[in-house]
Amino acid sequence: MKHVDTLIRLLEEHGGPGFEEEVAKIVESAMRTYTSKIERDTLGNLIATVEGQSSGRRPRVLLSAHMDEIALMVSLIDKGGFLRVAQTGGFDPRTLVGQEVVVHGKNKRWHGIIGSKPPHLQAPDEQKKAAPLEDLFIDLAMPEERVRSEIRVGDRVTLHRSVMPLLHHHYSGKSLDNRTSVAVILECLEALKKYHHQADVIAVASVQEEVGVRGATTVGYGQAPDVAIAIDVTFADMPGQASDFSYKIGKGPAIAKGPNIHPKVFQDLSEAAKANNIDYQLELSQGPTGTDGRAFQITREGIATGLVGIAIRYMHTSVETGSYQDIVDCGKVLAEYIAQLTWERVEDYSCY
Amino acid sequence: MLLKKLTEAMGPSGYENEIRNVIRSEVTLSHNHIFTDVLGNLFVQQNQDTQGPHIMIDAHMDEIGLMIVHVEENGLLRFRPIGGIDPRVLVSKPVVIGDSKHFGVIGSKPIHLQKPEERRQPLGWDQLYIDIGASSKEDALSVVQPGDVAVFATTYGEMGERAAKAKSFDDRVGCALLVETMQKEWQLRLSGVFAVQEEVGLRGATAAAYRLKPDIAIALEGTVCFDVVDAPAHNQATQLGKGPALTLQDGLTLPDRRFTEFMIATAEKYNIPWQYRRVKGGSNDYGAIQKAREGVIGGAISVPVRYIHAPAQIISLEDYQAALQLLTAILTEIQEGRWHS
Repeated sequence: MKHVDTLIRLLEEHGGPGFEEEVAKIVESAMRTYTSKIERDTLGNLIATVEGQSSGRRPRVLLSAHMDEIALMVSLIDKGGFLRVAQTGGFDPRTLVGQEVVVHGKNKRWHGIIGSKPPHLQAPDEQKKAAPLEDLFIDLAMPEERVRSEIRVGDRVTLHRSVMPLLHHHYSGKSLDNRTSVAVILECLEALKKYHHQADVIAVASVQEEVGVRGATTVGYGQAPDVAIAIDVTFADMPGQASDFSYKIGKGPAIAKGPNIHPKVFQDLSEAAKANNIDYQLELSQGPTGTDGRAFQITREGIATGLVGIAIRYMHTSVETGSYQDIVDCGKVLAEYIAQLTWERVEDYSCY
Repeated sequence: MLLKKLTEAMGPSGYENEIRNVIRSEVTLSHNHIFTDVLGNLFVQQNQDTQGPHIMIDAHMDEIGLMIVHVEENGLLRFRPIGGIDPRVLVSKPVVIGDSKHFGVIGSKPIHLQKPEERRQPLGWDQLYIDIGASSKEDALSVVQPGDVAVFATTYGEMGERAAKAKSFDDRVGCALLVETMQKEWQLRLSGVFAVQEEVGLRGATAAAYRLKPDIAIALEGTVCFDVVDAPAHNQATQLGKGPALTLQDGLTLPDRRFTEFMIATAEKYNIPWQYRRVKGGSNDYGAIQKAREGVIGGAISVPVRYIHAPAQIISLEDYQAALQLLTAILTEIQEGRWHS
């Protein structure tokens, strides 16, 4: 649990698709513990390389966790200085009513509240309707002229939420999707210190996943690794959810299997879990996943792709909830996988 | 910071222990006589032996909240509202539960797993629950019991232009005005009442007014403000930043016109901005106080609160200051003998 504080800082920092800069700074300073070889690509992906040791050819394994969070964009400054917004990433508008937000203005960040009509003024049947995003507005508690001088159409909006510790090392807040996976990479690099590993590890905090795995597309091309493992959150159980989208919090990482996942990478990851007596959960997918792995698999000539992650509840809300123990366990599984990876095994990934 | 202290304290109707203690520590001064009654109302009195009108100033210290009513086998908590809450504002909001202040969150199904039509359907009370991270019923019961209450976890903060956000400005803004008033020493027969259980039917004020038999009563309230984009004129009860609101008629009261005119004349005399509260619905503790015994003259001074009863509410700090000036001016005028009924 070395990186709990870093995770909390990451969760409380703001950075949606295309403006991941402040988040990247925190990731970079945490990565410096493990390597000085850190670079950025044109789209903004943060790439940190930890080299392996081998007299022969070293396999190159890329770990990717997207650091962007779902966000909104100011689409109109309406009468009275109230802001209208468009999506950059998928929100359920019902979860936004009454929500505190941060508006990233020209010169500084402003606190805003997404308004709601007081029950005192509602007609009896009003509570039967949920407002669509177009009807919501952000209140900055400033006169219209001041709003117009500080805020521009195109300014970005993110959720405001302090991290809350729950029972059993569970944490709740915004952007656990997917900064818990950034923490997984950090815990992996920490665990990896105990191993002698041949593989070069390319640790990536990727950008613009929430709008269509765009960072993964360019970083996969740019790095051309032998193996790419996406780390992304999956769905934890809650009442009314399908049983195959109901992983358990605190029961270990989910390891994905399906057409998007190289079968031998899946096999090796599962064995890495077993070798460390770590419980894991089988995540089944039936096509391209909604993760960076979707892009990696068909990058260049194709890349052997894996997918792991922790289960969180209430995804894409400001109260996403997950367990730090799962983060540590997921990191350990990845470290074991990397430590066992040889060039011969990588070659075998192309032999069917 | 008084508003921060008061708004962040817990105190749903009937469970006002924490907020009462916070307020008591603020008003425990040598010039105040302090006691509580059987309902839990907190009385703060000055000069009870003085001649002249007995003035009661009321602010309710309770807030809307949630009560845990059941723990599911999976460790999730079912709850019901205390006071008027629109369940649509609860989704994706954190709460703090009970005296131990455990965090809990009110979650909802991920958008990825919803059918498009689900997004148009608000989640009702039966679909909502609080998650505290418990793995089972037994695990949850080790920290939370049915009957425990919860409030929004919102913190106080200043925002925008001379504005602030917090939970429970209704009616901690009134409590703050009353605390500041009772911290001063008046030459008046003055009774400050921090009332319980307003949100469930003005219950504390009913008993308090009976006990005090005041000649004049003023309720200090955080009131509805919905001066936002697209809000129809008839919904714009008050406007943020336009000063404290005075009532001509609301759901329960038709305040004595002479006292209302006196408050308006005082505001004008002291150059204090004020506005009318321009909806008929809703009320405040004066609705109960006016009917105590043979009846009590008075009214309400209300501070506009946007998103009242929601997790994050907004007030104008200018309105707060103006309300304090108005209350001070009214008490000064009465003290100097310029109120005649």
